[in-house]
Amino acid sequence: MPLPTLRFLTCGSVDDGKSTLIGRLLYERSLIFDDTLASLERDSKKFGTTGEEVDFALLVDGLEAEREQGITIDVAYRYFSTANRSFIVADCPGHEQYTRNMATGASNCDLAILLVDARKGLLVQTHRHANIVSLLGIRHVVLAVNKMDLVDYDQAVFERVVADFRAASATLNFATVTPIPLSARRGDNVSGASAHMSWYKGPDLLSFLEQADVEEATAHRPLRFPVQWVNRPNLDFRGMAGTLASGSIARDDEIVVAASGKKTRVARIVTMDGDLERAEAPDSVTLVFADEIDASRGDLLCDPLNRPDVADQFAAHLIWMSEEQLFPGRSYLLKCGGAVIPASVTEIKHRVDVETQAQAAAKTLHLNEIGLCNLALSKPIAFDAYADNRTTGAFILVDRATNSVAAAGVIAFALRRASNVHLQALTLDKAKRSILKHQKPGILWFTGLSGAGKSTIANALEAKLLQRRAHTILLDGDNVRHGLNKDLGFTEVDRVENIRRVGEVAKLMVESGLIVLCSFISPFAAERRLVRDLVETGEFVEIFVDTPLADCIARDPKGLYKKALTGQIKNFTGVDQAYERPEAPEIVIGGDGATPEQAADAIIAWMDGRGFFALG
Amino acid sequence: MVLSEHLRRLEAESIFILRETVAEFSNPVMLYSIGKDSSVMLHLALKAFYPAKPPFPLLHVDTTWKFREMIAFRDETAARVGMDLLVHVNQEGVARGVSPVASGSSVHTQVMKTEGLRQALDKWKFDAAFGGARRDEEKSRAKERIFSHRNAAHGWDPKNQRPELWRVFDTRIQPGESMRVFPLSNWTELDVWDYIAAENIPVVPLYFAKPRPVVRRDGALIMVDDERLPLKAQETPEMRQVRFRTLGCYPLTGAIESEAAALEDIIAEMRASKTSERQGRLIDFDESGSMEKKKREGYF
Repeated sequence: MPLPTLRFLTCGSVDDGKSTLIGRLLYERSLIFDDTLASLERDSKKFGTTGEEVDFALLVDGLEAEREQGITIDVAYRYFSTANRSFIVADCPGHEQYTRNMATGASNCDLAILLVDARKGLLVQTHRHANIVSLLGIRHVVLAVNKMDLVDYDQAVFERVVADFRAASATLNFATVTPIPLSARRGDNVSGASAHMSWYKGPDLLSFLEQADVEEATAHRPLRFPVQWVNRPNLDFRGMAGTLASGSIARDDEIVVAASGKKTRVARIVTMDGDLERAEAPDSVTLVFADEIDASRGDLLCDPLNRPDVADQFAAHLIWMSEEQLFPGRSYLLKCGGAVIPASVTEIKHRVDVETQAQAAAKTLHLNEIGLCNLALSKPIAFDAYADNRTTGAFILVDRATNSVAAAGVIAFALRRASNVHLQALTLDKAKRSILKHQKPGILWFTGLSGAGKSTIANALEAKLLQRRAHTILLDGDNVRHGLNKDLGFTEVDRVENIRRVGEVAKLMVESGLIVLCSFISPFAAERRLVRDLVETGEFVEIFVDTPLADCIARDPKGLYKKALTGQIKNFTGVDQAYERPEAPEIVIGGDGATPEQAADAIIAWMDGRGFFALG
Repeated sequence: MVLSEHLRRLEAESIFILRETVAEFSNPVMLYSIGKDSSVMLHLALKAFYPAKPPFPLLHVDTTWKFREMIAFRDETAARVGMDLLVHVNQEGVARGVSPVASGSSVHTQVMKTEGLRQALDKWKFDAAFGGARRDEEKSRAKERIFSHRNAAHGWDPKNQRPELWRVFDTRIQPGESMRVFPLSNWTELDVWDYIAAENIPVVPLYFAKPRPVVRRDGALIMVDDERLPLKAQETPEMRQVRFRTLGCYPLTGAIESEAAALEDIIAEMRASKTSERQGRLIDFDESGSMEKKKREGYF
């Protein structure tokens, strides 16, 4: 049987010749169509960087911006076959700025060609790519030492690069590293032996790729079947559509829904070509259960004797992909298979130095940084370590405000404390405590710029609530920052943590039946949403005190704007830190010239309409 | 016929993508352009949702200049598979008299295909649209994600694509935005024909060689499909044994001289071919980078 299609990537630093290598390979094997070659020759005259010669990089650098700037921005996929094998190549960008595109290209590959310019040796991007390749579970690397023609095909130069790489990659997780000296531009050792390097006895690049046996046999691993879509055309048919991530399944096999522990047998394996007796990874099929047990998108079906972890906390390596840094405590959407769950980073264990693999302490991760983090999910999910399964151990974090991918994650291990800490079953609950106080508990969250009048209105409101015999508490920056949060400053990271703690405290107070007035600038929409998500629907009331910045500066009750505008205070909201206006607050105050007393009355009227005082 | 391991994996991947889209979007549609790639994509959709019917309609953006055999095949296919077929024509363009003959390929494509498609997507408020494009077709397509984000104006931002790792797709969009989804991203032209042969999938007869009336224009063989094609002086249609490697608007689609009258002949011819399939597409030669430009404006 021929070897399966090889998916590989080319990576390495800028200008090490990745695109040129792929272009050259296709050219030498006559795998470029005549009309494509004709347009390549035209383009080389216009954009080429190789003088009179054909610039092979233009074959894969397909975007206008790439051709104009002579760089690779995004991964290009190329497809070719030789008599012996089919290949899918992901030609990846080298610039640090586009690392997330490199990771995109690498994520589905089984082998990496890491290019190094023989003249320059290992560069920071070489190390970074080697790290990401290892992290993403690619076990086989070709170390392509390129531009040998520019160092007179000197064996010593090649040996030095190889020795450097062996030392640098000792702690990385590679099964094989195959060094090949070559010249992509001149065609040495690309698809045939070089006439200039008789000292090299190994295979040329293409010969090596044709016989590289790299595939992890996923079909022999334990069964993992993520339920993708429930197929329900009529009342007589209910099938679980999905693609086997690993293992195999046969009719009558017993299976278990990992999260619920419910078991059943496979009654049918349905396909349009007829029912199957057996299916294996990576087949896409539809399973019919013998019993009516509950399962839906996001569930993981598996072998009852070989189950995945089920937990709401795990440790994972994150590759940070957002321009905006990681905020521990902020709620992101975690997507793993079909499951989409709110999750937050509870702790950054360490950041990885890409050059030395040293572990450094970190309070955040910035774009393209890699770190080992603990994550907490809002409910347990089923997963495996990424080392065991590249499907059930992989996830992305999505930014809830922008919908962009904030990070890619590979799971290291479950955190056992998640399964050992159980919530205390309470005999008294929130409802009983509320009845005692004759009120519906909730959080009245005042947000707005410094000097907008939040605390003044909150104080007026609390006095009026007291007159109505309501049980209240007021949390504001002053009383919290002097005690509970006195260890926090005003950086973005600390502001996020400040609000997270306030939210947790307010939640406990809501549990006790109180109406909690919170007065915080709280400039970020994500943290306000985080607090909203902590309590039940209807319990969080966002009150936007919308006073224009100019008015706040004019008032400046604490003299803070004056200091901020002259640079004496940093990270001041409205001056050098943004305020994200609420999109759909329950109540907006401002614009109509109301006094604090009138604003407080308006809020009480709003609460009256929603049953806050109707109990008992 | 038993599928090769290679095709089996491509099929499984495409089915996964089709199901993922249906699971994550509320109002998907399949762009059905009648060609071989659409035929394969539709066949995969039938497989992905069996025994249910694919839970979305087919949409054809009709430029009114397709080959007559294509339109006949389209209507037969929709009836055979029992899915809803929506046909949209840019009536504004028709009223303005836009045509490949009068306006040239560039204006015709922009108005009747790109604008027509945007009108149709807005009219039915689709949030995801399947397209049969493959990455091996063209250099800007080689760069595109499987789930390719479009802004509210249907534009593509090639310099700022979303990361797309493994098969974990970021499918979240804001109201008004949409996603183009390409289930055949990793297929090659040869894979498509091998699969058509293995699965016995019906395709438009224009792919098979037979004597057809053609004229030679700017080096291309243009079929005289109806009386709307104005013939220049000294142009007389002659019968030649031709077939088409790709299908589009007939005045913009070059035929190739061929004896390949059966699937196995086509596959053999393609294995020996030295030119790419898009060579027959006159619209790609308008200017360098023209596909990317069209895509940024909302073309599929």
